[in-house]
Amino acid sequence: MTEPLLRVEGLRKHFVLKKGFPKPRTIRVRAVEDISFSIEPGQAFGLVGESGCGKSTAARALLRLIEPDAGRVLFRGEDVLTAKGQALKALRRRIQIVFQDPYSSLDPRQSIGSALTEPMRVHGIATGAEARRRAAALMEEVGLPPSALDRLPHEFSGGQRQRIGIARALTVEPELIIADEPVSALDVSVQAQVLLLLRELRQRRGLSFLFVSHDLSVVRWFCDRVAVMYLGRIVEEGPAARVLANPLHPYAQVLRDASPIPDPSRRTALPRILGEIPSAANPPPGCPFHPRCIHAMPICSQQMPAWTPAPGEKAGGVACHLVG
Amino acid sequence: MATPVRGCRIPQRNTGGNCGQAVDEPSGSAAMTTTAALELIGLRTEFRIGGAWYPAVRDLSLRLERNETLALVGESGCGKSVTALSVMGLVQPPFGRVAAGSILLDGMELAGASEKALETIRGDRMAMIFQEPMTSLNPVMTVGDQVAESLMIHRGLSRGEALERARALFEEVKIPSPAARLREYPHQFSGGMRQRVMIAMALACEPAVLLADEPTTALDVTIQAQVLGLLADLRERHGMAVLFITHNLGVVAQIADRVAVMYAGEIVEQGPVDVIFADPRHPYTRALFAAIPRLDQAEQELSAIGGRVPPLDQMPEGCRFAPRCPLAQAGCELPQPLVALAATHAARCHVTTAAVMHA
Repeated sequence: MTEPLLRVEGLRKHFVLKKGFPKPRTIRVRAVEDISFSIEPGQAFGLVGESGCGKSTAARALLRLIEPDAGRVLFRGEDVLTAKGQALKALRRRIQIVFQDPYSSLDPRQSIGSALTEPMRVHGIATGAEARRRAAALMEEVGLPPSALDRLPHEFSGGQRQRIGIARALTVEPELIIADEPVSALDVSVQAQVLLLLRELRQRRGLSFLFVSHDLSVVRWFCDRVAVMYLGRIVEEGPAARVLANPLHPYAQVLRDASPIPDPSRRTALPRILGEIPSAANPPPGCPFHPRCIHAMPICSQQMPAWTPAPGEKAGGVACHLVG
Repeated sequence: MATPVRGCRIPQRNTGGNCGQAVDEPSGSAAMTTTAALELIGLRTEFRIGGAWYPAVRDLSLRLERNETLALVGESGCGKSVTALSVMGLVQPPFGRVAAGSILLDGMELAGASEKALETIRGDRMAMIFQEPMTSLNPVMTVGDQVAESLMIHRGLSRGEALERARALFEEVKIPSPAARLREYPHQFSGGMRQRVMIAMALACEPAVLLADEPTTALDVTIQAQVLGLLADLRERHGMAVLFITHNLGVVAQIADRVAVMYAGEIVEQGPVDVIFADPRHPYTRALFAAIPRLDQAEQELSAIGGRVPPLDQMPEGCRFAPRCPLAQAGCELPQPLVALAATHAARCHVTTAAVMHA
């Protein structure tokens, strides 16, 4: 068994905020409660769930863009959470992030060329004419003309900006790319263009991905493995094809059934939501999904289900009292 | 029928004496057509760029029957939203104008109607769910009052009654703790929640015609399923007609009766939903289908559509999709009519409809 590229153990992040007037109340939002997973070299790992389930917080916390409260993150055996100074800088070179919103993730007053050469200079990879030559090559690799280097972000469309964001992540030759909803802000045809580009880069450069998305179809197309999150916890993890086609956890089943399939002959009644949707500020006791679950049993509201391996699978599993 | 487009209608399925009427019956009989819930005839909406007017929607005709959901699909910049805004009378000079065509709401002409006349209709018989939840709500008014407003104006309810109805609507669109949230302001809501407020607002008076502009795009799939269910309920309850603008083909397959595909301001293909999905004829429709990853398919070849929708002031002659089309050939530079392939199916492409045209 080789060392995984990234191993996350018991990652936790709570946000404490004060809300209300005139008497503020302290609210603890349990964005990420306890998540563990690992990514093998060359793998594309999907993290799916609905807004507020903590998937973006998890992605940022493991890069320490948000400092997590607890847990361990090991990148090729090196501890990311305790790394300091040069060691942290070196780790960040090897893990890069592509953001969701291509409009706010580029500095409007920085030329594309400067945005691409800056990380190379910071990490001591290349400077001056050499950096510019590399930037031009990267632009071609993501399908943009090198002449775009002298232009500013507002001159580009959303899809082009997302390509620039990808090129920027590639400037430091990372091994792992964290892609936080990289195609959700894009139009259908542009979404397909960017997905094809990401897959091509993955094959050509042997990149690994942590792919955060709410779109199950996109994750099925791009990822090898997938983890489904609900209220700050992973409820099921396994091979993307199996988890998304035949999920074991009732929440993953709801997600699958609610995703409409583009085939009018397979029209079904879409599932309705039972009860109220709980928030991460006040998660229910026991299994977080039990108030919305059609299979809920008495034990579900009392005891957190244990992590059980899925039948016939070596890795991954499911957290549900129905299984195991 | 003068244009092939107007021949493309499906018979009303709910009631009426003339169900199943042949589409191309000779004109003359007054009882031939029932009045559509909404009918657009030759709509042309223009915007001003550098002193000249350019059409964002041109010669667009469509019929929306009672108890029918028509999906309008296409990429951004194809004129879908502009079509809906034109119907609502929200494209106004000096930036834009409805330059030609008829907009008939249950037989009543809305093109050129006065603002006062439109005000009695908007939010009552006809409502719209806008695409941008972040900018479409009034920031200095509680969300409860915004939903209650139309009930007080159009239905004459008291503020208390209207707020109670608003609370029930919030519950239906799954806003948690609805009673408390009625008194909050839009900035206290997330994007998805604001979208649900807007849906509640549009549905408040149970409109006969609903124009839904990407109503579920900002929502999570489970909430989307809930909202689509809600729209289906309303349709069942009082035959609401829905013009559903979206680029999510999964949603289209789930809820639409008919589909109209728009590209660069024109309808390039329209027909019943099962025909459009099983036998798309226009290369653009086919390209859209090839560009979406599917949850129900294991290994899928995805293919992107190269290039982008041409800007308003640089429209190509003839077929507007030709510069991006894999089937482009001689003849594409000529104007393309919408050719009827069957009673209810039509496409605007001389290449794929050639057999029909020469027959």
